[in-house]
Amino acid sequence: MAVIVFAESWEGKFKKITNEAVSYAHGLAEAEGTNVIAVAVGALESDPAELGKYGASEVVTVEGDAFASFNASVWATAIAEVAEAKGAKHIVLSGTNNGKMIGPMLSVKAGASYISNAIDIPSNFAPFTVRRNAFSNKGLVDYQTNAEKVVVSIVPNALGVKETGGSASVSSHSSSAAADSRVNVIDVDRVKGKIPLPEADLVVSAGRGMKAPENWTMIEELADVLGAGTACSKPVSDIGWRPHSEHVGQTGIQINPSLYIAVGISGAIQHLAGVSGSKTIVVINNDPEAPFFKAADYGIVGDAFEVVPKLTEALKSFKANQ
Amino acid sequence: MKILVCISHVPDTTSKINFVNDNTEFDTNGVQFIINPYDEFGLTKAIQLKEANGGTVTAINVGDATTEPTLRKALAIGADDAIRVNANPTDAYFVAEQLAAVAKDGGYDLIICGQESIDYNGGQVGGMLAALLDLPFASPCVGLDIDGSTATVLREIDGGKEKSTMSLPIVLGGKKGLVEEKDLRIPNMRGIMTARTKPLATVEAVSADARTTAVKFEKPAAKAAVKLVDSAEELVQLLHNEAKAI
Ligand SMILES: Cc1cc2nc3c(=O)[nH]c(=O)nc-3n(C[C@H](O)[C@H](O)[C@H](O)COP(=O)(O)OP(=O)(O)OC[C@H]3O[C@@H](n4cnc5c(N)ncnc54)[C@H](O)[C@@H]3O)c2cc1C
Repeated sequence: MAVIVFAESWEGKFKKITNEAVSYAHGLAEAEGTNVIAVAVGALESDPAELGKYGASEVVTVEGDAFASFNASVWATAIAEVAEAKGAKHIVLSGTNNGKMIGPMLSVKAGASYISNAIDIPSNFAPFTVRRNAFSNKGLVDYQTNAEKVVVSIVPNALGVKETGGSASVSSHSSSAAADSRVNVIDVDRVKGKIPLPEADLVVSAGRGMKAPENWTMIEELADVLGAGTACSKPVSDIGWRPHSEHVGQTGIQINPSLYIAVGISGAIQHLAGVSGSKTIVVINNDPEAPFFKAADYGIVGDAFEVVPKLTEALKSFKANQ
Repeated sequence: MKILVCISHVPDTTSKINFVNDNTEFDTNGVQFIINPYDEFGLTKAIQLKEANGGTVTAINVGDATTEPTLRKALAIGADDAIRVNANPTDAYFVAEQLAAVAKDGGYDLIICGQESIDYNGGQVGGMLAALLDLPFASPCVGLDIDGSTATVLREIDGGKEKSTMSLPIVLGGKKGLVEEKDLRIPNMRGIMTARTKPLATVEAVSADARTTAVKFEKPAAKAAVKLVDSAEELVQLLHNEAKAI
C-alpha cells in the first residue's frame, strides 16, 4: 500500500523541506501501518539513502533525458507511475513552487483527491480529512476527500522535520514518460549565496519605515547574525529599494518561518496575509498604534535606526556565549 | 489569437471572514465580491496581447447568477465576451472539469488562470485544467511574451526564476509581473456602458464529481496580546528561552 512522497531536490540536493515532507509521509504511514517510498525525480547529487533518516524505507530514483529539466506534467506522470506500481493511496508533496505545479497535475493523472496547503496531520483517514489554511490565513478549513486516493501538499516549514533514524533501500524506476517537446527550459536563475525566502526558517523583513535603500545594510547585518533570509513589504519593492523576489504578502510570496522580524512595516492586512503563518512574530515600529503589534508575539516600540543595531549587537553576544 | 481568462469571484481583500451554519459555511453576508486579484493581472495581460496582436479575450467563471457583476466588470475592463458556467463551484476539480469542457473545442491559444484564488488559496484549478487538456502549464507566472506560436514564460521558483519557451496552446497560473500594478485597468464610464451590450453567455454544467468537501471552518485562535519589551537583550532572552525561536 505504501505512502508515496515526492522527494524534491534542487541542483541535485535534497533540502530541509524534503525531509519535512518525508517526515509527514512517515506519520501517515505509521498511522496506516505501512511504509514510506520516496520518489526522487531528476539527476541527484545527494545520496538517496539519506532519506531513510526521516522515515523512508525505500527511495525510487527516476532519471533520464525526459527529466533533465523541470516539467510538471512529465514529473507528475513519473510519480503517478510509481504510486500505481506500489498501490499507494496517499501521495505527499511539499508546497514549493514546483510542488504547487506538480500537485494538481498529479491528482488528475492519479485519479486522486487533492488537498493543498495542509498544516496538520490528518484528523481522520476514512475519509481522509485534514486541516488547511484559507482566506489568506484569515480562516482554517477541514477538507475531506471523496476519492479513494489522495494527493496532499503541505505548507513548507509548517510541520517540521522528525528524525526517525531508519535506513532506506534505493532502486530506480524507468519511466515511460517522454520529454515534452512543447516545453523548453532555457534559463534557471537562482539567487546565489542567499537563503531563498520560502526555505528560510528565520526571516528579517523591513518596510517603508527604513526610509531609503542604503539603510538596508542594517537589516542585512541583523539577518547575517541570525543566518536569516531577508524580505520586504510591497511598496519597498515597488519603489525599487529591494528586488521583487523579496516582497512578501498577498501579492508577493507567502512564507511560514519559525521567526519573522518585521522592521518599520505597518502590518496592513495584505502584508499579514503572507506572513501570519509565522510561528513567532517580532515587530519593531516607532508607532505604538501600528496594526502589526496586534499580530505580533513580541514588540519593541522604538526607532528602527536605534533598535536594530542594538538587537544585532545583543544577538552577536548571545551567539558568542552559546 | 484566442485567449480565455478564468475569473474567480472572491471576497474583497479586506473582507472580514465569518462562518455560519455551525461553522460549515462561509458567510457571504455583507461581503463585497471582486475579481480575484491574481486573475486581474492575467486579464490585463490578455487585453494587452489582444491590443498588440489582434484576437479575442473571453472571460469565464463557474458560478451561479450572483457572479455576473464580476464578469461584467471583466467586460468593462476590456474582455470581448464572457461565459458563465451555471453551477455552484463545489471544489477545484469540479471547476477544472467545467473549464476543460468549455475550452476543449474552443480553439484557445492561451488560457490564463490566477496562481490561486484569495478565498480558498488552493492553487489547484490551473494545473488540473492543464492536465485535463494535456497542455503545457507554468505557474506562478511573472512574465509572458508571445511571438507567433511560441510563448516565452517566466515563472517563480523557490529562490529565483525560470524561463521557458512553450509552444501554444498553453495554460498559465498568473500573478503580478504578468503586468505591473500601474498597468491594471480601472473600468471607465465607456467601458461600463459597452460592457452592458457585450455577450455574456450562460452554459449548463457538465456532469463532474467534486473530489473534496469543506466540512468545517474555523477562525485561527486569537493571538495573545503582544509582549512589549524595552531592550534588545530582553528580546533575545525571550526569543531563546520562551519562544525557542533562536
Ligand atoms: C490588492 C493589494 C495587495 C497588496 N499586497 C501587498 C503585499 O503582498 N505585501 C505588502 O507588504 N503589502 C501589500 N499591499 C500594500 C499594503 O496595503 C500596505 O500598503 C503595505 O504593506 C505598507 O507597507 P509598509 O508597512 O512598508 O509601509 P507604510 O504603510 O508606509 O508603513 C511604514 C511603517 O514604518 C513605521 N516607521 C516609520 N519610520 C520608522 C522608524 N524610524 N522606526 C521604526 N518604524 C518606523 C511606521 O510607523 C509605519 O508603521 C497590498 C495592497 C493592496 C491594495
